[in-house]
Amino acid sequence: MSNSATIEIEENEVGTSLWKDAFYRLKKNRFARYGAYFLLFECVVFLLAPVIAPYGFEVQNLENTLAPPSFPHWFGTDSLGRDLFTRVLYGGRISMAVGVLASLVSVIVGVVYGAISGFIGGRTDNAMMRIVDILYALPFIFLVIILMVYFGRNIFLLFIALGLTQWLTMARIVRGQVISLKHKEFIEAAHSMGISETSIILKHLIPNSIGPVIVYLTLTVPSVILEEAFLSFLGLGVQAPMASWGTLISDGVSVMEIAPGVLFFPAVSLALSLFSLNFLGDGLRDALDPKGARD
Amino acid sequence: MKPILEIKNFQAHFHTRRGIVKAVDDISYQILPGETLGIVGESGSGKSVSQLSYLRLLPSPPLKIVGGEVLFHGKDLLKMTAEELRQVRGNKISMIFQEPMTSLNPYMKVGTQLIEPLLIHRGHSQEEAWKKGILELKRVGISDPEKAMSKYPHEFSGGMRQRVMIAMALTTDPELLIADEPTTALDVTVQAQILDILKNIQKQTKMAILLITHDLGVIAGLADHVVVMYAGRVFEKGTAADIFEKSQHPYSRALLKSTPRIDAIQTQLPVIAGTIPDLSKLPPGCPFYDRCENRMDICRSVFPPKKAIDPGHETYCYAEMSR
Repeated sequence: MSNSATIEIEENEVGTSLWKDAFYRLKKNRFARYGAYFLLFECVVFLLAPVIAPYGFEVQNLENTLAPPSFPHWFGTDSLGRDLFTRVLYGGRISMAVGVLASLVSVIVGVVYGAISGFIGGRTDNAMMRIVDILYALPFIFLVIILMVYFGRNIFLLFIALGLTQWLTMARIVRGQVISLKHKEFIEAAHSMGISETSIILKHLIPNSIGPVIVYLTLTVPSVILEEAFLSFLGLGVQAPMASWGTLISDGVSVMEIAPGVLFFPAVSLALSLFSLNFLGDGLRDALDPKGARD
Repeated sequence: MKPILEIKNFQAHFHTRRGIVKAVDDISYQILPGETLGIVGESGSGKSVSQLSYLRLLPSPPLKIVGGEVLFHGKDLLKMTAEELRQVRGNKISMIFQEPMTSLNPYMKVGTQLIEPLLIHRGHSQEEAWKKGILELKRVGISDPEKAMSKYPHEFSGGMRQRVMIAMALTTDPELLIADEPTTALDVTVQAQILDILKNIQKQTKMAILLITHDLGVIAGLADHVVVMYAGRVFEKGTAADIFEKSQHPYSRALLKSTPRIDAIQTQLPVIAGTIPDLSKLPPGCPFYDRCENRMDICRSVFPPKKAIDPGHETYCYAEMSR
């Protein structure tokens, strides 16, 4: 074409992807932004916990148990006189790591598995979904216990065990999405353009099913955190004197009537984190939908 | 002139639980470079399926290609590997579809989608392709194409989206454009615009267009040659003039008669009585037998052989029709 040289393109216009646009829209969403800031703040604080924490998380002081919040102990102390602020920081490390990592495992495995299963369809789909059904039928606790017995107690094993059970629902959601999308005209059009199947899955099918995935993801993070608390309670998760928010809360429940602060502070930390995650997740979902307000 | 696409005795069946559906049953026709071939027929006559099946755009199974050859520049598309065929699709042979409202990925910018074939088949850089995309949008008459490139599909109307689809199909300068009812979902004025665009681009690029439609008006305005299909069979083929003026097949005639005319006063529009037969329970003879006004006993048992009327004008019917 002769006049192609005359066309001026704005630098940022070429190939601005869905993700860049989504990021822009996300920044405009106030709640999502606050949520993101809060989570970022938490990440920094948790990473720096050994520096910030005024005491060791296992240091006991049996002469000062169940103390109310005071200047030396901001959040008070627990039933063994350990500084609660320190324990909330260290507990947050574990809980957020478990929540985020296990959810990531579940998203990656679930999305890929579900997308492939739905895309190929037919017998492959049938076989792949029956595997999911079988795993669904395995009691989760049973699986965790087996893993723990074989590989010893290990925090990473906990991530894997939680992730491995959470991806099942994700895979089903994505599979359903992909099946409903697969016969849409734009997928047929993409085939007719000679676009490869991998590219169709990555560029067309997965972005189009991202909405429900994100919603489900924001539900997964808290449920993983709670499951970890449950496992710890059974003695299969984090072991004392190490703490997670789950164990702190269950400890707090037992002394709720004498020292409500022991329950209050970890519970509020958990609640704030989950709020932030939900705001961020909500904002992400809206941001990823191109039909959302655009200015 | 050598044909660009030659379909010879092509048969494609669906193997379903209810039996074998003979969606495309022994069809042959060809399309020359730079010409427009119109394929007409009722819904379910196999006009789309025949195209989609040799391009392998239909799931198989249930689809099974039973026989025949589809020669594109003398190379049999049916014998190509999936990868070889993928190199042809969207590159040498492009398609546009009936439903512009859903033919674009709602999560992708128009520009990003538009240039995808260029990136895949031509190895253009992102920026080169983007520039070509702008020109392509301009060519299909989209105003402010630079802005349009970075919009999302939902910001376009149906007619605009169909233009984008056409632009996308044309980015790689295909030799053959298969237009599967490109204007069916659009209103009449937009329909005329789209057809004009196709006509103009064809004049510039000399590409061949295979136009699938059930609208005889569209065919009359655009096609050089016409193929009339019914129940997976070709009933008649010839130049547009042959079909519109000297049709020798009762089905083509009935089809023409049931088109409303602006130059005649009609109190009632003639229709072809009955419906297209169940393709899984086709009788051995002519599938139009039940609805045909000129049927004879032989029609019931054996499908009529090819009968040449003029050079290039062929029908498949036993009946001798008045000229």
